[in-house]
Formats: sequence, structure tokens, C-alpha cells
Amino acid sequence: MTEPKSDRKHWARDLKVTLWTLIVPPTIWAVHFLFCYLWVAVTCAKSSTPGTALTGFPLATLIATIVALLGIVAAGYIARVQSETPGDPAPHEQGTAIDRLRFLALSTRLLAGLSFVAVIFTALPVIMFGDCR
Amino acid sequence: MTTESTQYIAPDQNNPAVRKGQEDRLREVWKPPSGWFFRWTDVNNNRIGVWYTLTAFGFMLFAGVLALIMRTQLAVPNNDLVTANTFNQLFTLHGSMMMFLFAVPMFEAVSIILLPQLLGARDLPFPRLSGFGYWSFLIGGVFVSGSIFFDAAPDGGWFMYPPLTTRTDLSGLGADIWMLGLSFIEVSSVAAAVELIVGVLKCRPPGMRLNLMPLYAWYILVVAVMILFAFPPLIAGDVLFEMERLLNWPFFNAEKGGDPLLWQHLFWIFGHPEVYIVFLPSIALFAMLIPTFAQRHLLGYPWIVLAAVGTAFLSFGLWVHHMFTTGLPKISLAFFAAASEAVAIPTGVQIFVFIATLWAGNVKKSTPLLYASGSLAVFVIGGLTGVMVAVAPFDWQAHDTYFIVAHLHYVLIGGTLLPLFAGLYYYWPLVTGKKLSDKLGRIAFWIMFVGMNLTFFPMHLSGLLGMPRRVFTYPEELGIGGLNLASTAGSYMFALGVLIVCIDLALSPRRPKAPRNPWNAGTLEWLALPDDEDWGIRSVPLIESRYPIWDQKNFVQKVDEGRFFLPDAEEMRRESIITTVLDARPLQVIRLGTPSVKPMMTAVALAGVFILTTYHLYIWSAVSGVATLACVLWWLWTGTAEIPEKPTKHIGHGIEVPLYTSGPSAPGWWAMFITMMADATAFSGLVFGYFFFWTIHNDFPPSGVGLNGPGVFWPMVALALTLTGWAATVGAREVHRRCNVGAGRALLIVGIVATLASLFAGLAGPWYSGLDPELHVYPAIVWTLAIWTAVHAAIGVIMQAYTLARSLAGKMTPIYDADLRNITVYHHFLALTGIVTFCTIGLFPGVA
Repeated sequence: MTEPKSDRKHWARDLKVTLWTLIVPPTIWAVHFLFCYLWVAVTCAKSSTPGTALTGFPLATLIATIVALLGIVAAGYIARVQSETPGDPAPHEQGTAIDRLRFLALSTRLLAGLSFVAVIFTALPVIMFGDCR
Repeated sequence: MTTESTQYIAPDQNNPAVRKGQEDRLREVWKPPSGWFFRWTDVNNNRIGVWYTLTAFGFMLFAGVLALIMRTQLAVPNNDLVTANTFNQLFTLHGSMMMFLFAVPMFEAVSIILLPQLLGARDLPFPRLSGFGYWSFLIGGVFVSGSIFFDAAPDGGWFMYPPLTTRTDLSGLGADIWMLGLSFIEVSSVAAAVELIVGVLKCRPPGMRLNLMPLYAWYILVVAVMILFAFPPLIAGDVLFEMERLLNWPFFNAEKGGDPLLWQHLFWIFGHPEVYIVFLPSIALFAMLIPTFAQRHLLGYPWIVLAAVGTAFLSFGLWVHHMFTTGLPKISLAFFAAASEAVAIPTGVQIFVFIATLWAGNVKKSTPLLYASGSLAVFVIGGLTGVMVAVAPFDWQAHDTYFIVAHLHYVLIGGTLLPLFAGLYYYWPLVTGKKLSDKLGRIAFWIMFVGMNLTFFPMHLSGLLGMPRRVFTYPEELGIGGLNLASTAGSYMFALGVLIVCIDLALSPRRPKAPRNPWNAGTLEWLALPDDEDWGIRSVPLIESRYPIWDQKNFVQKVDEGRFFLPDAEEMRRESIITTVLDARPLQVIRLGTPSVKPMMTAVALAGVFILTTYHLYIWSAVSGVATLACVLWWLWTGTAEIPEKPTKHIGHGIEVPLYTSGPSAPGWWAMFITMMADATAFSGLVFGYFFFWTIHNDFPPSGVGLNGPGVFWPMVALALTLTGWAATVGAREVHRRCNVGAGRALLIVGIVATLASLFAGLAGPWYSGLDPELHVYPAIVWTLAIWTAVHAAIGVIMQAYTLARSLAGKMTPIYDADLRNITVYHHFLALTGIVTFCTIGLFPGVA
């Protein structure tokens, strides 16, 4: 019988997991959000007319969004591998090191999903608005 | 540090005489103080928590009466029961009290009662800090709420928008009372947040890894961290606001380069997360009571963590949705509208988790569950109107109308008040040993539920028909008389429901005791006995499940017979176990603070600073400030970082842990780190102000007499001195740790001199360049940053001198060096503050 995929050794399982790694995906959302908001806020506050175009902003948002989504996907991927660490029996609610790892990883994975959606939400206004009005 | 010992003979827990001896010692050690005055010096969480809860409940009733007066005034068109001025005070105080004196303190109060029980700890790590927080809250709360009896209550709305409130010719003492009184309470909220974070992270029982933690503790951790980042921007705003009112520094005065919108930003960066700060802890009560009444584990534990953490983050990206009508660019509004819609996802997730758990479980109907399900229904309606007003074009129509009043009351009553009543009926037996009446509880629920909907549902319509918020009356021709009369009738009905709950509470002393764990719950807090002992828990258990009472064999009996950890108080000291953050491995036994008058005296002295400043009695306020410092130093010197009589202690089962730790494993280090995170957030609010003014002016910094400064030279000197002070402190820690006490002391002296010099050098820049803070907002914000940094440098010097004195007095040694390690954390943050301040005021004008 072949070994199930989840039982194989994986580099992502050797990474240290803490409360800080839990908040990596939403922190990426926060940085992306602030980037978009501050760019617009500073440009528009500094401009003399409301019709000032946000030159370069759509491209910058596109790049920032791709970078942010890649970061979130990477965090989510690592979390997914870790959340499938083999060893203990289901439902993985015991006080063992593996179950604790699986819990933190699963929570990180869920947060990655939420952050992914939220980053796309933040990027959407660029499609409709191109200036400071 | 955990070692097996060969000489130590463990007590025989099978011997009833041994157990009796342990219980007698524990009882003696945890005995509350007595006497008409000294009983109030108690610091035990079960007493402080109850006082806190009752006080917050009292403020809620008071603020509720204010609302009833408002509703009576609005019952019919053109009513003249109260004047416009009184009405302004009524709605301002109602909103401010419900938020600052009820919702937030109530969460802290309930957590102070519950958290140690949930975590199997004897008490929170800093019981005296809880005491200090309570007395600050009581004094500040009475000061703010009492102002209405002197016709001096704040009257600018709970968000106090300038310029109406900053102009002293348009607003009276009330604005100062709001700013200073509530700033004082914000200090106590931050203190509680520090205590609760350290409690959740470091005071869990052995074996309670992060994945076994009760969900209430998860929520509290998240909410306390939110407080650390949400309250400080408001404190920064308060500082600017009072500088404008008391000293005429024009931060919000457009004529002199200020901008009232800055206040709105700072207020709502606090104000929106605040909504979730009061919502999440209430919903956390559901995460405890729903498994009990479903008689099964909560489904989707990681999903709740997702919901709490996700909501916490997103809630900081919503603040501009309170400012949709201020003329910001539409694209900016769209960012915040997007985040406001996104936050509905994690908020909804937890509701589905609760529904799924009930669905999968074997539901036992009960009064707490009735309140919980009712409140979810109310909250969902408020949430849906929230999604509506998050759409900017709809908000432009509904803004500042009664539609918003309806929305926010559905959210707050469904998301905070009714869940708290659910918690009241659920946890009353835990606190008093007696159950409340199911009959009265159900009657009260239905009256409140109908009353609440009758009050607030018509407000959606009156708002859409054009009734603005905060008007003291309305003309008959508007055609909203009937809707308002319905709202008024509903409000009296709601009040009747609350009255029935109060009667139920008042009847409680006459009722018999309930059995232990009356709801058959599975979590640790229900180990409490109906005739509660003050020691918290008989022995600190080893946790192997999320619901140990249900899942671990003979669990209650083993706890009661002292078969777990720390079953005794051999040295007659109050003690609790400190464990590691992720896996709850025992690290240390800490000695907890005992009843003392010091927290109360410190709170009274600090209250003097805020209250006397309100009345412009600056000299007496300064005297109070010195008294506060003296009290704090006395408290610290006599009550903290005590060198134990022996290095380690056996806690049972062959485990021996230190009685003293320093650095990142010690709770005190964490408290310093967390406090400084809050401090750094407040500072970043001020720095945000500087750059905000830069964005709105084309000539920033401006030039002219009194506007040029502070130059590059003095800020750079100050920066060099700040970094020297920091390096000397870090150096002192390192050489001291290596047993070179003399060099450590010498470096501390160098640090004191350098930090003190940085204080003066930091102020020298704006001083010698003659920056006039009353002239324009630029000098005002430069002075503010310089003074903020100088005050922090002064505190840094006091800390260095205190540590030096501890070393000289033999209270600090190379092994027992918590003081030095903790002040090093402070100096890291001071160095960061110095770098940001001096680069901003000294170098930024060159590149702007």
C-alpha cells in the first residue's frame, strides 16, 4: 500500500508556528489596504482640483494586489500543509503538539481565505474610479 | 527549569488531615480584608469583578433613564418637557455613558470575574492593577455622569465634533469633563486590557494549549489587543483637543491651519473598532453557553478563531464609513465601503457556528438560551441595515437621520445588551451560587424583545421620512408623530423588562442555593462551589480537553482533593502558575498582590490630575501628579519583583519551577511590552496628525515669524542623546547579567545623564527657534511631538533611577533582574519614539 500523500515529509511542516504566523494573512490585507488608501488620500489632498487623475494608481494597485495575493496564497499553502500534519486521530481536538499545530494552521488557512477575498474587495474600486472626485 | 527533585517528599493527598491543613492555609491566605474601610482594599478578582459589574450595571440604568427622558420629550410634536440645551446633554451623556461607562467596562468586569475561573488560575496576574482600574473607573464615571446634575454635562454628541466643541465660547465645561473624565477611564481600560492579555497568554493551567483554550478566552485576547490599538488614537485625539481648549493650540481650527476632520479620523479609528470591542465579548458568552445547552462540543472551533481575528483586523479598516458625507474622494469611500461589506463575512461565520452547534446538539431549552437566540435575531437585523449604510450612496441619504439611530441600537442591543442578559442568567449561579427565576427571566425577555422592536423599528421609518438625529423636537407637519409615539411606548416597555430583571436580581438573596454546576457545563469555571471559597481553585488542573468536566475522568474530584498542581500555600503566600504561551508548560509560580490601599490611593491621586485640570486648577493638578508618581513608586517598590526566600518551588507531580523569572518568560515583562504597544499607538496618532497637516497644506512647514523651526541641530543632538541613553540601558542589562554589578550601575548613571540631557535638547529646538504654538498648527504639532517625547524621556529617567536604587538597596541582583529587563523594554520604545520624533521634526521639513 502506498503511503498517503499527507504522511510524507514536507518542508512547510518544519516552519515554526506561533501566534504571530496566525496573523500574517490579515496583516498582508492591512498593508495592502493602507497602501491603497494612503496613495489616494495623499495624492488627492495634495491636488488643487477634485478632478485630478490618479495617474499610475491603477497599475500600482494591480501590482500591489498581485503581490498581496501571492503572499496570502503562500501563507495559506504553508498553513494547508501544516493543517494536514499526520499523526493523531480525528477530530484533532486533543492536547497534543500535532493537534495544536493543526489548529493554528487551520485557523491561519481560514484567515488566508478571508484575507484573499478582502484584498480583492479593496482593489475593486480602482475599476470604477480614476480621479479624486 | 523543570527538574525532578530527590529530597522533596510530596504531600499525601489521600490523607484527609493533610488536605484539611492545605485548605486551612489556603483559606487563611485568601481571606478577604475586613472592616468598614479596609474591606474596600480587597483586590481578589471575585470581589473586584463583582464591584466592577455592579457599577457598570448602575451606570447602564442611569443612562437608560436619560434615554427615557429623551423618549418622553419626543413622544409628541412640539413638546417642551426639556429644553434644547438639556436635550443635548441627555443624548450626549446617554451615548457616552453607554459606550464608556457600560459596554467596555462591563466586558472588562465580566472578564475579571470569569477569566481566572475559566483558566483554572487563582487570580489574574496583577490583582492590584484590577483594583486600580476599578477605582479609576468608579471615580471617573461618577465625575462624568454626575455633571448632569449641575447642568454641566457634555452636550456635543458622544463623538464631540470640533469646532463646536473646541471653541470655548460655544461649549462650556462639559466638553472638558468629557475629554478629561473619559481619558481617565480610557487609562483604566488600557490597564484592564494589559491584565487580560497577560492573563490569557501566561496564566493558563498546565496542558491548556492554545487549541484547548475556552473560546471566551480567545475572544478576550482578541478584544484586549483591539483595545490596545483602538483606544490610544482617541487618547492622542484627546490630548490635541484639550491643548486646543486649554492652551489655544489650533489643531482643529481651520483659520490657523488646523482641520476638524483630523478629530473625526482619530475618533473613528477608535470608534469603529469600539463597536466590535463591545460586540465580540458579548458574543463570546454564547460560545460558552451554547455548548452547555446543546450538550456537545462547539462545532467549528477554528472558525470562531477566524471570526474573532478576522473581525478584529477588518474592523480597523471601516472608520471612514462614519465620514461618508465629509467630502472625501469617492474612491477613498469605496475602499471603506468594501471593507465594511467584507466584515459581514466573519461576523456571519460565528452566527452559523452557533446555529450549527445547536442543530447538531441535544438542545435543552433555558432562559439564557432564549436571550441568546433572541439577541441573534435582533443583531442580524442591525447587521443587515449595517450592510445597507455601508453602501455610500445610501448612507448619504440616511446619514444623521433616525435610520442610523435604529441601526446602531439594533446592533448594540442585539450584540451587547441582550447577550449580557443571557450571560447574567447563565453566570449568576457561578457568582452567587443561586439561580435566577426562569419565569421572571422569560417574562422580562419577551417584554424587552417586543419593547425593543417597538422602540427602534419605527425609527427606520421616521429616519427615512426625514427625522434628523439629535433634535429635541419636531413639527407636527412632518407626519412622524405616530411613529415617535410608538417608539416612546416601546421604550417604556423595554424599561419595564429591565425593571423585572432588576426585581429578579433583588429577590435573589432570598432564594436557596443551587447545586454545583447547575447547567451541567463542561468548562472549568463551573468548578466553583455554591459557597465559594476565595482561593479560586483548590488545585490547578492538568487540562487534556476543551471540556474537562465532561471528558476527563474524575476531574472534579481530583481538583477538589488537591490532586493536581499547587494544592497548598505552604509559605502563606497568594500564588498562581505561569505557563508558556503556546503549550502552557509550567514556567514559574508567581506571588500575587495582596489587599492594599495603594491601588485605591493611586487612582484617587490620578483622578486629581484629570479632575483638577478640568477646573483649570493647574497647580493642584501638578501636586496630584507628583502624588500619583509617589504612589506608583511606593506601590512598585514594596510590591513587585520581590526576591523570593528560595529559588524554586514544588507544585506537585515532581515538577519544580522557579519563584522568580525575568525577561520574556515573566508576566511583568509582557505587561511592559503590551503597555508600550498601546503607548506607541497613541504616539503614532500624533505623528499621523503631523503628516495629515502636511497633506492638507501646500506650504508645510510654513515660514514666517514664530513659524520657523525647530531646525536640524537640536533635534539631531536630542536623537544622539536618546540613543546614548538607550545604549547605556541595554549595556547595563548585559553587563549586569554577567555579574558585573558595578559596571551595570555606572552604565545606568550614564543612561540617566544622557536621557535627561535628551529631554532638554529635544525641547531646545522649538524653544530657541521661537516656534509659537498659538499662531499656527505647524508649531503646535511640533511642540506636541517634542513634549510627548520629553515626557517619555522623563519617565525613562525615573525608571533608570528607580532601577539603580533597587540595585543599591539590594533588591535587584544579576539573577533577580526583572526591573532592569523591564525598563530596557521601555527604553527600546523610547528610542523608537525619539527616532520618529526627531527625524520628523528635524529632517522632514528638508525633504517636504
